[in-house]
Amino acid sequence: MADTLKDMLRYDLTFDCVQCGYCLPVCPTYETMERETHSPRGRINLIKMVAEGKASVEDLKQPIDKCLGCMACTTVCPTDVQYGQLFESAKHVIDEYEEKTFVQQKTEHFLFHSFFPSTAWMDQLGNATWLYQVSGLQKAARGLNVMSAAPLHLGKFEQVLPPAPSPKERHARKNRLHPDGPPKAVVAFFTGCVMDSVFFRQNEKTLELLRLSGAEVQLPKTQTCCGALHAHAGKEPEALTLAKENIQAFEEKPVDYIVNNAGGCGAQLHKYGELFAGDPEWEQRATAFSDKVRDITEVLVELDGLEFTERVEETYTYQPSCHMTNVQKVKEPPLQLIRSVPGVTLKELDRPDFCCGSAGIYNITQHEDAMDILDVKMKDVKRQCPEGIVTTNPGCMLQMKLGVQREGLEEEIDTVHIVDLLMKAKPVTKQAAKA
Amino acid sequence: MHEWEEQLRALLSNKRVFTELADRYSYSFDASFGEHLPEVVVQPKTTEEVQTIMKIANQFGLAVTPRGQGTCLSGGPLPVHGGILLDMAQWPKEINVFADDLIAVVTPSVLTADIHAAAENYGLMYPPDPSSAHVSTIGGNLAENSGGPRGLKYGVTKDFVIGLEIVTPEGDVMHTGGRTIKNVTGYDLTKLLVGSEGTLGVITKATLKLVPKPPAVQTMMAAFTDMATAGKAISKTLTSGVLPAKMEFMDRACIEAVERYRPSGLPTASEALLLIELDGHPETIKLEAEQVKQILVELQADPIITAESDEEAQKLWSARKLVSPAIATIKPTKISEDATVPRSRIPEMMDRLKQIKEEYQVELVVFGHIGDGNLHPDIMCDQRDEEEMIRAEKAVAEIFRAALELGGTLSGEHGIGTMKAPFMEQEMGEVGVSMLKRIKEAWDPNNIMNPGKIFAEKGQKLVLRDG
Repeated sequence: MADTLKDMLRYDLTFDCVQCGYCLPVCPTYETMERETHSPRGRINLIKMVAEGKASVEDLKQPIDKCLGCMACTTVCPTDVQYGQLFESAKHVIDEYEEKTFVQQKTEHFLFHSFFPSTAWMDQLGNATWLYQVSGLQKAARGLNVMSAAPLHLGKFEQVLPPAPSPKERHARKNRLHPDGPPKAVVAFFTGCVMDSVFFRQNEKTLELLRLSGAEVQLPKTQTCCGALHAHAGKEPEALTLAKENIQAFEEKPVDYIVNNAGGCGAQLHKYGELFAGDPEWEQRATAFSDKVRDITEVLVELDGLEFTERVEETYTYQPSCHMTNVQKVKEPPLQLIRSVPGVTLKELDRPDFCCGSAGIYNITQHEDAMDILDVKMKDVKRQCPEGIVTTNPGCMLQMKLGVQREGLEEEIDTVHIVDLLMKAKPVTKQAAKA
Repeated sequence: MHEWEEQLRALLSNKRVFTELADRYSYSFDASFGEHLPEVVVQPKTTEEVQTIMKIANQFGLAVTPRGQGTCLSGGPLPVHGGILLDMAQWPKEINVFADDLIAVVTPSVLTADIHAAAENYGLMYPPDPSSAHVSTIGGNLAENSGGPRGLKYGVTKDFVIGLEIVTPEGDVMHTGGRTIKNVTGYDLTKLLVGSEGTLGVITKATLKLVPKPPAVQTMMAAFTDMATAGKAISKTLTSGVLPAKMEFMDRACIEAVERYRPSGLPTASEALLLIELDGHPETIKLEAEQVKQILVELQADPIITAESDEEAQKLWSARKLVSPAIATIKPTKISEDATVPRSRIPEMMDRLKQIKEEYQVELVVFGHIGDGNLHPDIMCDQRDEEEMIRAEKAVAEIFRAALELGGTLSGEHGIGTMKAPFMEQEMGEVGVSMLKRIKEAWDPNNIMNPGKIFAEKGQKLVLRDG
């Protein structure tokens, strides 16, 4: 058993950690939870201890569950420890070893096998959100404070969800969009699961921005959830299955880029190549897929095809998504785009690389801890006195909205996805590009 | 629950007393070797709390080990006798700069880099600059008497401490030194405590000396085809009337490792690379740079690069910063030593290191703060390879012997801790160690303050395998 656990926990990778502690100052949970157990170095050491049989998988559970997976530690590590791989293997082992109640098993099975990967379910979520919002039920529920009794603090998130589109609007979307002139690039758009239901309008704007920039956009029909939530929950086999489905879906027609607009999904798509390392059938296909993955901001900067017709005379601050910064290593393009909007004043956060606490579903599963981290973030936001917060990931967007609400600043601060800001400046296709 | 645990929980609340295995393991290591489980981890936040903890420890005979952020390379914060681990890193952070007095009063949890930043706001500087300054706490720096590249011109931590507040092993509070630069009252207990590695008390506050920040710096790099000439360059520069702030060194193995890791255009055919930083008034360092360049030209260093901008200087220093990650790719386990010799003996020491490398067949690379004779011979090995670790242990012992035979010291800036305790008598002699022990016994009659450090226990040997 001990040997298997060593393999499963990637024991060998723990030796790359020389325990120098350089990761401590950048780890959000070490800062808010104030103990080494909740630092990257502490977690790596515990993985090693469990692999050596000195501590149990149970001892590992809380420290791993409380890791945001923001990967800030990997950017400062002098010996390049593969923390992401250690973290996900630990999640997997914990999931395997955990004795779950029947209800827990059923719920997880539903969420990870049926809910996230299913377009139908995501449609339902989108539709339900819309129905809930337009039917007056939302108002009634808020009035009666029903949602505050909802499990997992969902009530708090319900209040910051964007208005949902109608089912009609959702189904009117075309699977192929053409630019006005000859296409400068052909791209496939990764719609995402939650992104395409709850954040349908941001997806619509993304597609329009791509089109205006001169791209021909395709939406492969058989694409599914990226699998990030599965991987982070320790559901490795499920994550692999989803990855295969996506690779197949995007292989159907040749494209220059596979574009996404959610930092967390983008990071997972980037990792497909790594996920199948050593797999004779899939490695090459997965790497080819990952090599094409780009964030919307990278593509918009590269195509350089937008011209803005309206000034946005507002001060914004920018909350970068951790997965975009630390995994995809995309830092400059969003800033470049924000600066390109006429009238906008950009005031950068003192600590932009500090996670907002959203981290997939961390803000639901570890709610109190996520709020402590959000408090640190909001202090920084308030120091900048912005009129708006720009984000590049739906999770961060909701979390920041929640932060604004908790501070009672809804009237003063508007929280938007970067595509919202760009659309606000009424973009058109650049004249030079048209000619 | 033990009675002592009940008392600790009554004092500090459950939030700051940890006895769970995961927490205890998280405080069982530092950046050196060995793994020792404390029985309990506590996070005091006031001097009074430390006093009470010490009283509980004395009552129940529990060892007490203070710890900063655990970046120590010699084992200082390892709880080798179990007991209470004092996590001092969560103490409220306070830096008060009194610019008119050129001092800063700080709490132990403050990161050293934050002191630099605070001093800079007043045009001042806190010179000690351990490479881990952005993560290590000043409390740990004080306990271990840390150094850094600037040690050449400015000295180590002890040269910048003028006053301390400490809790004695018996739970009393005492103050040493003061806020004046000149202070000759009585025995110098401040200097005794700095570098005492947590064996004489718990530091709860410190008064540090600041100096004016030099308005300009100039970086230079020079490469040599043999070590003897590099040695001459060092002594000629240092006797020429110019005192650089830093004089860093990389050997061929380091240069090659860096080039393999991230090609930076370093001269891979060179045996030795020197990085020199001058600081002071812009006009002065211009003249000094000329003078140093002259020496380097005479000794036929090639190439000689004088940085023309901050950016160029950063580029030169980045090669030095890449040494650690680059050599980590040779083998995963890093034994970082800091044997230090008189500057005239550097070439001889380098020869001895070469012999050791060959005799014990170990991956030994050398870099470090050569201007003050403080070398970092690092042995890269693999903890999982027992046979290799035995050879590494022998090689380390030989490194210590060589340094001492050449009139040097076991440690230039890392401290003794658990790693070098077995070699203390070789450097200090029987009488020297016995005097240290008498001091320790007088200060800490129950031997509860960080036991197992500095002084070797009977038959203790250097062991880098399995704790």
